[in-house]
Amino acid sequence: MSSSAAAGATRARRSGLLTLISPAGYLGLFVAVPLLLVLVSAFLTRGRVGGVRLPISVDSFVLLAEPVYLGILLTSLATSLTVTLVCVVVAYAFVAAMRGMSPRGRAGLLVVLMVPFWTSFLIRAYAWMLLLGEHGPVNAPLLSLGVIEQPLTLLYTPASVTVVLVYVYLPMMILPIAAAAESVDPTLRDAARNLGAGAWRRFRTIDLPLTLPGCLTGCVLVLVPSMSNFVVPDLIGGGKTVLIGNVIQDEFLVSRNWPFGSVLALTLIALLVGVLVVQAAVSRRFEGHAR
Amino acid sequence: MRRTRTRPALLIAATAGTAVVLAGCSASSDAALDPDADLSTQTLTVTTWPEYYPPTLAEDFEKATGVHVEILHHATNEEGLAKVTTSADTGIDVAFLSGGPVSVLIEEGLVSPLDHSALPNLANLYPEASEFAFDPGLVYSAPYAWGTTGICYRSDLVSGTPTSWADILTPAPEHVGRITMLDDLRWMFLPAQKLLGYSLNTTDDDELADVEKVLSAASRNLLAFDNTTYGDKLAAGEATLSEAFDGWCNVAAQSDPRIAFALPEEGSDLWVDSAVILSSSQNKEAAHAFIDYVLSTDVSTWITENLLYNTPNEKAMTQLPSDLFATYTALTADGARLASMEQIVDLGADVEKYNLISTRVRADQ
Repeated sequence: MSSSAAAGATRARRSGLLTLISPAGYLGLFVAVPLLLVLVSAFLTRGRVGGVRLPISVDSFVLLAEPVYLGILLTSLATSLTVTLVCVVVAYAFVAAMRGMSPRGRAGLLVVLMVPFWTSFLIRAYAWMLLLGEHGPVNAPLLSLGVIEQPLTLLYTPASVTVVLVYVYLPMMILPIAAAAESVDPTLRDAARNLGAGAWRRFRTIDLPLTLPGCLTGCVLVLVPSMSNFVVPDLIGGGKTVLIGNVIQDEFLVSRNWPFGSVLALTLIALLVGVLVVQAAVSRRFEGHAR
Repeated sequence: MRRTRTRPALLIAATAGTAVVLAGCSASSDAALDPDADLSTQTLTVTTWPEYYPPTLAEDFEKATGVHVEILHHATNEEGLAKVTTSADTGIDVAFLSGGPVSVLIEEGLVSPLDHSALPNLANLYPEASEFAFDPGLVYSAPYAWGTTGICYRSDLVSGTPTSWADILTPAPEHVGRITMLDDLRWMFLPAQKLLGYSLNTTDDDELADVEKVLSAASRNLLAFDNTTYGDKLAAGEATLSEAFDGWCNVAAQSDPRIAFALPEEGSDLWVDSAVILSSSQNKEAAHAFIDYVLSTDVSTWITENLLYNTPNEKAMTQLPSDLFATYTALTADGARLASMEQIVDLGADVEKYNLISTRVRADQ
């Protein structure tokens, strides 16, 4: 370990300037500049064919006061929190099931988990439309067995949006939790079992606190994109479920109101920064406890 | 080829400053066509929708005129507009866009007037096809394809032919939850606006409030807002009645003969996809030759036979086999009927009113 650290230090010295410049340059080019553009656009006037122009204006912030946007923000927050919570529960169950497997089996399972990412997201969304459709593999057997007389309405509902968002982002939750679980000393669990702790108590006092940083990372990785996803509400929600991502997309592409789209994007960013602050605070508090 | 065109522009900018370049651009856009221009020294860059033109169009045109054409694609009008407006010299000579965006380009002075003497094939068009609200007299644009919006339905699951927009806005009980409406902002409003007898371009707050009431009530009976997969939903029987573009309904009818098209008696819209020449084009003679080429009966009949769209080319429409019209009912609207429909025009900042209502209607679920 010390030799690799030494080698790393040499490498770092050799390309010291490069290592300093490349992350800063990357962040500057792909994070700071776009954010600055969004910030500036929010305070300008809409252009005729999209884009922005002078004069400086705060009209877009006034439009934000329309009650419908607050409602959509709350719906988006509720939906993404539900998605995150379901992902946490499923991911812990998944990781617990993995614990009983051989290392090879575990690695194989993680590969299988990533396989869907090899195909286009749109294709997977259309697959879900077939799956949940009136004649899909869920409804068809139930109908032919006479369990139901009318096909169940599974598609184009807020619930179907939540289910598909869980499907899409679940790997983002499983991977960090599985990584954190790898480093949990299995003898801790054995000791707890010997001392008479039940499964729930072992999870609560050993696995949960020791994997919490991984879990919180997963929560951010799921919450952030599910809050701004607009394809799933469009296709799976039948355009009848509106999340904040849809509104931002419409402002830029349909209304061509870039300033207001920017205001909505800033609102979303502010909300998500709030989530990150909470995540960081909880992580720090937990790490303090661990020491 | 685009690179060779930008190089002289850069050179001038370096020596004489940007103002000269801008002046040069506007001067060249007003200049008359050079009748002796050697077309074979010109090349064209065209942007249009993918699969919206004969696959051999570029080859055929080069064979006929010696002009090399590069065809680029935009998936939507918004993307096309962004392509021709966001950068000063995109190298695009000819753009195919719908009427609304074309009017924006005209107002912004980004397109150059057409020289009708270089477009003899304009004579093929229906007389009505020269009186579009977005460009009366075809000063800047030449229509390529056109059509309307109606009700695409399952003739075996719907009794009789739908005659009114009320058939999808206040459906009979057996069709509740089996209706789809278009997800495109202005087309989402169309059925309610026509049913109430309002203009498709109204910005009157009271009228829009009425429209919102009708739309809110109607949205509760919908299966989905959908502008891409309603054909599949109709074929599967998940939907029985769908608000649909005529050409798209024809495509659905092609794979399922039980699907038919009806035009509600309250009327509908007329959409037009047109070709324009960008002011920045340095190849205006070749650009005119290209537009004249796509106005030929050969290209127009190809559009109708393969894409199942109506075209404003009267000569082409009368040459088409009659069984085509029997199969695809949406093709039967003739030029005069289509031209009598209202055109959706760009509303500028007022489109925000529509967007707010659409957001409220959809979020209300």
